[in-house]
Amino acid sequence: MTGSKRFAKRAERAVNKDTFVQEDASLGLVVMDSPNDPKPSIRIDKGRIVEIDGCDQENFDTIDRYIARYAINAEAAVEAMATDSLVLARMLVDINVPRHKLMWLMSGCTPAKLCEIVSHLNVVEMMMAMQKMRARQSPGNQAHVTNWKENPVLMAADAAEGALRGFDELETTCRVARVAPFNSLALLVGSQTPHGGVLTQCAVEEGLNLRLGLKGLTSYAETLSVYGTDEALRDGDDTPWSKGLLASAYASRGIKIRFTSGTGAETLMGYEQGKSMLYLEARCLLLVKGSGAQGVQNGSISCIALPSALPGGVRAVLAENLIAASLGLEVASGNDAMSSHSDMRKAAKLMLQFLPGTDFITSGYSSMPRKDNMFGGGNFDSDDMDDWLVIQRDMQVDAGMEPVTEEAVLDVRRKAGKALQAVFGELGFPPVSDQEVEAAATAYCSDDMPDRDLVEDIAAAGAFLDGPLTALDVISALDRRGFEDIAANILGMQRVRVSGDYLQPAAVLNRHFEAQSAFTDRNQYQGPGTGFRLKGAALAKLSAIPQARTAAEMVPASAGRAGVTLKSIGGPGPGTARDVVIALGPAFAAELDTTLCGLSHGEVLKALTAGIESKAMHARVVKFFHTADCGMLGFEGAKISGSGIAIGLQSKGTAVIQRKGLAPLNNLELFSQAPLLSREAYFQIGANAASHAMRSPPSPVPVKVDNMARLRLIVQAMLMHKREIASIVPAKSPSEMQVIHD
Amino acid sequence: MTDGDDNIRRSPRSIDVKDITLENVRAGKITPEDLTIRRTTLLHQAGVADQEGYPQLARNFRRAAELTALPNDVLLGTYEKLRPYRATYFELLALSQEIAARYDAPETGDYIRQAAEAYRDKGLLKPE
Repeated sequence: MTGSKRFAKRAERAVNKDTFVQEDASLGLVVMDSPNDPKPSIRIDKGRIVEIDGCDQENFDTIDRYIARYAINAEAAVEAMATDSLVLARMLVDINVPRHKLMWLMSGCTPAKLCEIVSHLNVVEMMMAMQKMRARQSPGNQAHVTNWKENPVLMAADAAEGALRGFDELETTCRVARVAPFNSLALLVGSQTPHGGVLTQCAVEEGLNLRLGLKGLTSYAETLSVYGTDEALRDGDDTPWSKGLLASAYASRGIKIRFTSGTGAETLMGYEQGKSMLYLEARCLLLVKGSGAQGVQNGSISCIALPSALPGGVRAVLAENLIAASLGLEVASGNDAMSSHSDMRKAAKLMLQFLPGTDFITSGYSSMPRKDNMFGGGNFDSDDMDDWLVIQRDMQVDAGMEPVTEEAVLDVRRKAGKALQAVFGELGFPPVSDQEVEAAATAYCSDDMPDRDLVEDIAAAGAFLDGPLTALDVISALDRRGFEDIAANILGMQRVRVSGDYLQPAAVLNRHFEAQSAFTDRNQYQGPGTGFRLKGAALAKLSAIPQARTAAEMVPASAGRAGVTLKSIGGPGPGTARDVVIALGPAFAAELDTTLCGLSHGEVLKALTAGIESKAMHARVVKFFHTADCGMLGFEGAKISGSGIAIGLQSKGTAVIQRKGLAPLNNLELFSQAPLLSREAYFQIGANAASHAMRSPPSPVPVKVDNMARLRLIVQAMLMHKREIASIVPAKSPSEMQVIHD
Repeated sequence: MTDGDDNIRRSPRSIDVKDITLENVRAGKITPEDLTIRRTTLLHQAGVADQEGYPQLARNFRRAAELTALPNDVLLGTYEKLRPYRATYFELLALSQEIAARYDAPETGDYIRQAAEAYRDKGLLKPE
């Protein structure tokens, strides 16, 4: 059998490098509604929950026991569990039901009930619900800042750029755990360089994590992973109680935490009990809530490729984000690990969080190239930033990134490098050279950085951790070396730790160190005209991408570059039968001088004339002033042409061959896409016009096929046409022109 | 963790947040212990959370308020003991009582006791 060449071509597409598998509930390969999922139920005895989803308390596993005791509100459960799930699903998308009312009802739901409710929603409805249920009214974003060489100068520079670009949180990790103190320090110094208030964390083992926080080097942690079955939790060497204590432990040191969970983890660990991924995630989320954590990063996170391999996987991921938000949890909604080989599929998935807005659209936008991403992330990386910004501008949506200029980026990167150099110098750490600072400012990735002595850095980082130095010493060092603003910002971060405001749900800090949280920036969305609205200065800022030029910059200047001078020799005469008229628009070789295909007006005239003369005909050049319309130029030109044939030519290069007696729009040949023409094409247009005059058959004009030309040049074409229209003098008669080439 | 860190947790001194300024840092008037969160602050945050309809978060903040009194090594040790198969039932009960009494931490003590019971029922205790 001969295969289809189109199928063969499609087989090579990026999307076909992705893995797709059919559902098999016996293996846990099902994202929602597994036949093994329990049906929703609850039984309450004297205020205590004694049955969840068909399971009696005698048979509770530790997660059931934990969520029965701490997570599910028995009072709300009476109302919520008695309400039809479809009714609750409709309330989620009903703009007249406010978030707090739903939060109350959801607080009484069991895992199976939560799944049943969201299973009634399609993705558009889920997005509508997410817009309302998100904890913080203003959406935000989080970035990864890591590099393979563990170079602290590059890390500081990347952190500074991340802050400048508007990320609310920056997280790093390390290849070598012992370098964590330096990574945390570099991230802190960089993050506070353009402005203050960006939260930072270094994802390492809990004990070390707490110590870094205690030194004032970090302000949040999201290393607390939970799973939806007892076996998987135990595999992670934790219980619901141990994780819950950890949540309190971090809070006791003034460190914001969020848990990590996500669909697919239990299946991947082999402990999913044949349940659907979403059902197990709902259990996780109730566990998270029961522990008193303010939020969660979910959306499958590093397991994303598993639900994505299944039907409905991407929908299920939005469903888990929505369940978390409905439970009142802050949501950092995934989009961090690689979700597809296909840019189209990745972008489509992203829109489910990008458009409604979540507390953090990604759980880590790779602020540097993917190859330096030590989280194994990089679904969207530094190369994708302009795409992200343009989509924001297209949709008028704030997805947590701001346009910046190259100059501003270089400035903050350099400043962060110098600040870190000063800190290392003052605190007696291995020196940072000027060359490193400069390399970090301009680097693409860590390959561009000179190698540091990693052994020396690790030893110094260890001594820093074990010694008495804290963020306070970093502040003094910066202050002594003239970085008073960065010193003040880092001190600001210490001040907010004392006040504890960023422990509130979904809290981030604005540039004045004020917490924007579910308490201070309440999501009050209730339909059009309410909630978060991108407008005013914020809208202008997101729209002003540096690539957008002013209209004035886009029309080529005309002064003296037409390559030809046209001199009026009076009104057009009667002509002869061997004449072909070239009928020019009013801006030709005057207000405009170049066509859209890049030929000067002189070159176009030369080519047309040569073409006409190749058939032993004669070119007459007449300029019209009362119209800029190509059809009309041809029509008017033909009227005064001795042969009855004219070429209408707009200044942007659009051409038409017209015969006297035909209606303006009923022409012989039209060349409507000026960018696709060339010198050869204009020659042939001239030759064809002459052939038409001689009543001999024309030849095909060689027009390029370039489907992108219109896309590329449409604004310029429109602006040039506007200029031609502006050159119209309605009462002015046409002039016969003498052509003087430069 | 070092003894120095332990002392930070025990310090009764409290600085007004508005006095945490660069001037005071320059004047040497700020110490690392001034930059730690206080028990009273966490209790205040718990009150706010309760008011806003976040009872679980409030409970977490109340436990955190109690845990401000624990030295880091005790804090991490408590976490370690709560991990699966690390402690016997009686060790957990003893820990619960010690934390509650020694650090004025009744909610945390209660939480550990509930863990002990759950671990006993679910086989998560260290084999005796």
